[in-house]
Amino acid sequence: MNGEIIVNVCMGTGGIAAGAEMVMKAFQDEFAAAGLENATVQNRCKLHKVGCRGFCAKDVLVDISVDGEVSTYQYIQEDMVKRLVREHVVGGKPVKEWMAGDDYHIFHDNQTKVILHDLGKINPESIDDYLTVDGYTAARKALTAMTAEEVINEVKNSGLRGRGGGGFPTGLKWSLCAANEADQRYVICNADEGDPGAFMDRSVVEGNPHAVVEGMIITAYAIGATRGYVYIRAEYPLAVHRLRIALDQARERGFLGEKLFGGSFDFDIKIKLGAGAFVCGEETALIASIEGERGMPRAKPPFPANKGLWGKPTIINNVETLANLPPIINKGAEWFASLGSEKSKGTKVIALTGKIRNTGLIEIPMGMPLKDIIFKIGGGIEGDKLFKAVQTGGPSGGCIPQQFIDLPVDYEGLKSVGSMMGSGGMVVLDETDCMVNIAKFFLTFTQEESCGKCVPCRIGTKRLLEILTRITEGKGKKGDIELLQELAEDVRDSSLCGLGMSAPNPVISTIKYFRHEYEAHINRKKCPSKVCNKLLTFFIRPDQCVGCGMCAKACSVKAVSGELKQPHQIDNALCIKCGSCYDVCKFNAVVKD
Amino acid sequence: MENQKEEVLEGIYQKTVAHGDNIITVLQEIQNAFGYVQEESVNWFSTRTNIPASKFYGVITFYSQFHLTPRGKNIITVCSGTVCHVKGASRIISRIRDDLKLAEDKPTTKDMLFTLENVNCVGACSIAPVVVVNEKVFGKMNPEKMSKTLKTYKE
Repeated sequence: MNGEIIVNVCMGTGGIAAGAEMVMKAFQDEFAAAGLENATVQNRCKLHKVGCRGFCAKDVLVDISVDGEVSTYQYIQEDMVKRLVREHVVGGKPVKEWMAGDDYHIFHDNQTKVILHDLGKINPESIDDYLTVDGYTAARKALTAMTAEEVINEVKNSGLRGRGGGGFPTGLKWSLCAANEADQRYVICNADEGDPGAFMDRSVVEGNPHAVVEGMIITAYAIGATRGYVYIRAEYPLAVHRLRIALDQARERGFLGEKLFGGSFDFDIKIKLGAGAFVCGEETALIASIEGERGMPRAKPPFPANKGLWGKPTIINNVETLANLPPIINKGAEWFASLGSEKSKGTKVIALTGKIRNTGLIEIPMGMPLKDIIFKIGGGIEGDKLFKAVQTGGPSGGCIPQQFIDLPVDYEGLKSVGSMMGSGGMVVLDETDCMVNIAKFFLTFTQEESCGKCVPCRIGTKRLLEILTRITEGKGKKGDIELLQELAEDVRDSSLCGLGMSAPNPVISTIKYFRHEYEAHINRKKCPSKVCNKLLTFFIRPDQCVGCGMCAKACSVKAVSGELKQPHQIDNALCIKCGSCYDVCKFNAVVKD
Repeated sequence: MENQKEEVLEGIYQKTVAHGDNIITVLQEIQNAFGYVQEESVNWFSTRTNIPASKFYGVITFYSQFHLTPRGKNIITVCSGTVCHVKGASRIISRIRDDLKLAEDKPTTKDMLFTLENVNCVGACSIAPVVVVNEKVFGKMNPEKMSKTLKTYKE
């Protein structure tokens, strides 16, 4: 394509928050302005909205492609667009100093992209874009050239396991469902991504919604379902919006509705908005929620594959699981099984966040060592601090310490150290993070989200949280650690659903690997990472203080005193240890110990 | 009840229940229309659908999305996901409470200008800590930036 100029602006949630809409508009304006002198440029330019490119830390990311030669720019703001258009688009000379550097390429080169392959390249609001990357060819192949049984076998042979957390073999689940005699079956896409620190599913739905729709069509055909639901969080408005567009477009092209691909198979999809309950990620609770009830889990069996939505056999698959299906059908089970480790096949999308240099959305082959993820792709710890632990699996997972840095990241590997894959959130913690505080954070979450049906979960998480709270406030007692451990095991062993069974994991794993931090809080009344304010003393270093008075202004109890331009002091008898003075000081004069 | 309100509720009924939608969808529509779920709306629907009001309340109190009291003109949502937590979300919350003179247990300011809420995770962890004001996402927040942002909404 001679002389074609394409500008891609990252428009995911991260990109938009960083100002992508303004950048986009600036490009449009500049093109219009430049068009007056150089109409050919303007005519050849295309602006695409593209989904998340993964490297959100460097937003706004912009690709400018001239004659197929792509340059990637990072940290672009609207006021920079003028120069980009003038020098690169019109002048033909890329602006070198704004281009993404080596870390951008190292970040991408160490990944294996199956799910994320087309994210950031295609416009998620255009079905034609999806068709240019072989979109809907897998669904067509499955529906026109394969029997339902062949589809199930292909997925079985691929070794694909559920990406939502449990890791149950997808093909097996399908065959259990298909074996039931029933007049109706359902497919549900679980996009109720409730784990704090996880945004894989949001990014996939925002960046490539058609892949999820196609995955659902394949699933529906395999198990013989004619109705499908996407259960998605209301907190993801952009994802919902793009999914709606995708469904409408698919219907228009005859990929959804009646007689799909000219055959005899009917299937359509409806969106159900979640109403903000973490427990609805659990299959039976999710079904109750779609039925309009309180989202409370029920005992299994019967499993949803046998008796699910409105009592009919139902398959619930997670977004990422579904998005894996088109490539499996197109490239074959063998190809998929060649990726990953012995028991965990394929790739995993991970939300890599926390105290790490390159935060963002990544995709790795299953079994990649933890250290490669953190130090190669992630670029190491932010601000050259020391690595302490990595938290995986959200509130159901655990904290993995330094000693397991060589651990292969797959279902079995993470489980062997007391954590879990979960949906794929990975939060890196450094030396300034207090592990007791982290455990308390997750228990606050699970305690709030417990549906209340089972006593051990409802009351057990509350008591666990109370004990953790008193430890972080310096009121910990001898024997608290043992009490936590005993109670944690009871909650784990006697709860009905995954929420209760896994809620104590953060407590169990932090005690196992960071017991010394608990002991410091309880015995010495000290927080070694200086996080738990109640255990700290605040004071002002006279040699650093310039007497600006900011701390005195910020103090709500008037514990800070001092003349302007003279070093200030904190009266510890009055101080409530809120940390406001520490936050406002621009001269590092306020210290905590 | 005013006629106008009844018309809105009847509209919601036709849009949802008549199409086989469930209580959750009904409540989401009510909240979209009025900002929160009022007792009289629930009673109206209870009579109209012959479903006990207690069933509606069961659902309302289960899901964090539903509100039984009026909310402010501006909704400030502070993300309290893991990453936002370790990057200082609690300091931002205390700054907001300070600036808006909000007591610990009150979500809404007396002048009904602001309501402070939190969300488990908005999934924008790479720009943590995150605050959403009326659906506009602000990334890499700190207490100073928060104060400045609040000011722009006070006018």
